[in-house]
Amino acid sequence: MTARSFETGTPAGERAGSPSLWSRIWQQDAPGYLFLLPWFIGFFGLTLGPMISSLYLSFTHFDLLTAPRWAGLDNYVRMFTNDPKFSASMRVTMFFVIFSVPLKLAFALGVALLLNRGMKGLPLYRALFYLPSLLGASVAIAILWRQIFAGDGLVNKFLALFGIIGPSWISNPNYSLWTLIVLSIWQFGSPMIIFLAGLRQIPQDMYEAASLDGASKWRQFWKITLPLLTPVVFFNAIIQTIEAFKSFTPAFIISGGTGNPINSTLFYTLYLYQEAFGFFRMGYASALAWVLLALVAIFTAFSFLTSKYWVHYDD
Amino acid sequence: MATSIELRKLEKSYGDVAVIHGVDLTIAPGDFTVFVGPSGCGKSTLLRMIAGLEPITGGDLLIDGQRMNEVPAARRGIAMVFQSYALYPHMSVYQNLAFGLETAKMPKPEIETRVRRAAEILKIEPLLQRKPKQLSGGQRQRVAIGRAIVREPKIFLFDEPLSNLDAELRVAMRVEIAKLHNDLGNTMIYVTHDQVEAMTMADKIVVLRSGVIEQAGAPLELYNTPRNLFVAGFIGSPKMNFLTVNEETGALKTGGNRLSLGRNSAGAATLGIRPEHITINEGSGVKFADVRVDLVENLGGQTVVYATTGDGQGLNIVLEGQRAVELDASVSAYLDPAKAHIFNAEGLAIR
Repeated sequence: MTARSFETGTPAGERAGSPSLWSRIWQQDAPGYLFLLPWFIGFFGLTLGPMISSLYLSFTHFDLLTAPRWAGLDNYVRMFTNDPKFSASMRVTMFFVIFSVPLKLAFALGVALLLNRGMKGLPLYRALFYLPSLLGASVAIAILWRQIFAGDGLVNKFLALFGIIGPSWISNPNYSLWTLIVLSIWQFGSPMIIFLAGLRQIPQDMYEAASLDGASKWRQFWKITLPLLTPVVFFNAIIQTIEAFKSFTPAFIISGGTGNPINSTLFYTLYLYQEAFGFFRMGYASALAWVLLALVAIFTAFSFLTSKYWVHYDD
Repeated sequence: MATSIELRKLEKSYGDVAVIHGVDLTIAPGDFTVFVGPSGCGKSTLLRMIAGLEPITGGDLLIDGQRMNEVPAARRGIAMVFQSYALYPHMSVYQNLAFGLETAKMPKPEIETRVRRAAEILKIEPLLQRKPKQLSGGQRQRVAIGRAIVREPKIFLFDEPLSNLDAELRVAMRVEIAKLHNDLGNTMIYVTHDQVEAMTMADKIVVLRSGVIEQAGAPLELYNTPRNLFVAGFIGSPKMNFLTVNEETGALKTGGNRLSLGRNSAGAATLGIRPEHITINEGSGVKFADVRVDLVENLGGQTVVYATTGDGQGLNIVLEGQRAVELDASVSAYLDPAKAHIFNAEGLAIR
């Protein structure tokens, strides 16, 4: 007993009587760490490791075939001074974020309000409306979406019934990004579920008190529902904005990986992908990825800083 | 000025389940009426029907003689204080008080005047800029009452407003609400399950059970002449004692004792006697039981004796002052026939 404690280097005071501190910790906690092992492997091997190496690569020129060459800040300088595609893709992604996130949240909140009116079959509708969120970002749906919005797609066939000749929604640069925004709004299920849960948290007697005060449904929404829902709005806005910045699959499928027509759907992530796996400029692509991370971090920090002025926490 | 309320055969059902069974009640202008009863008796539902928060299934609700069944809550001239207070957590106390007035598009200076006046009445002026979460339970309660006052309603409704407060604060707020009623003179309806609140505050108590009024009347009327076993047991603290009796030729037999009350007792099945109306002094009334003392509580001002009769029925006795009563002693219990209650097999009082 004493010898073992000595080996593990436990201080003298803890040696007497019982097993040493370290062996106790090992005996008690080993199963816990064992269960954590897959996560540790995943986190260090597949997340933290690649992040650190991409940070390093962002300061190099690297074509996957020859060893990375140190380039200092070259990649970053080029990005901001001499890359029209970078600014084009940034514009597309910003446009997408600025329009798709508020529209999606508003739509999700609207449906949640409808569902919250105590209708029959609520679980069924909830599941049905949630379904697009599960399918939405998948390749299959993006392909289906391409069929629906193509020049001879379902949408135009429907419009033709009324004598309207619709454009090709995905190959016309005026509409292509909007088609992707609509696809994103269609995946409103996840914020809707969270809004619904938030609405359920608002005590009924607040509405009763307000209705005794003569407040209309409209006024109740703006003065009670929305302010009390701000923590949920805040959460959804952050999550959806990050999702929107990261959005890749639909643009890739619908434009066939090109970001066309005339770069109108060249999402930032799509451009990053082209640089990495089209031109094998891994160093530059890594730098693009880190700029995106910084952008998302700045946005999130800004949101948290402003939240105290518009998010109402109950307690 | 004050407003009358009348319920005529008022009914409420949810689908096939009837919860209020044709309630008739008249509330005089300026009365403080308390709905009291065990949980599930329908007292809150009845209040919410008057407020306009629950649709009325049948019968008529009249306020100042006007039928109000279909009138929206906001146009009934009613303000309500909720059990949970229902304060808007994101608004300051001032905004909470002003909300109803702003909704009514009242000019700002007038809102300010009314809010200040209500805050003064309730002594919450220093709290006006705070949020509800920064207030204690008692302060929230005041704000909730303030929100009712600013609207200058004809009728105040209170739905168990004190049940979230601790015992001491509850007594203090009880007194304040009673004072408020004296000052304002409005018609008020107050729902509680606490019969002490009912006894101390009410001009009129309405005892409800299972959606039916068991008895309505002044507090002492209910205390002195309960109409049935339920009311007798519900009103008064500690509870009235009930002893099973047999009636034989004008006398009551309980245990081995024969007792004559000197009035009609035909059909009596239960003898009711309040703990405070029993004595153990020889010669002070009619002896009705020999009991064994199980437990004695000396409260200083009173001595509470828990005892068992010869035939095994529990009997609680409250004696005035400090009395030396020994455990396991056998004592005789006496009652004043004028203060004894008798009930028939259906539980109705025999007069």
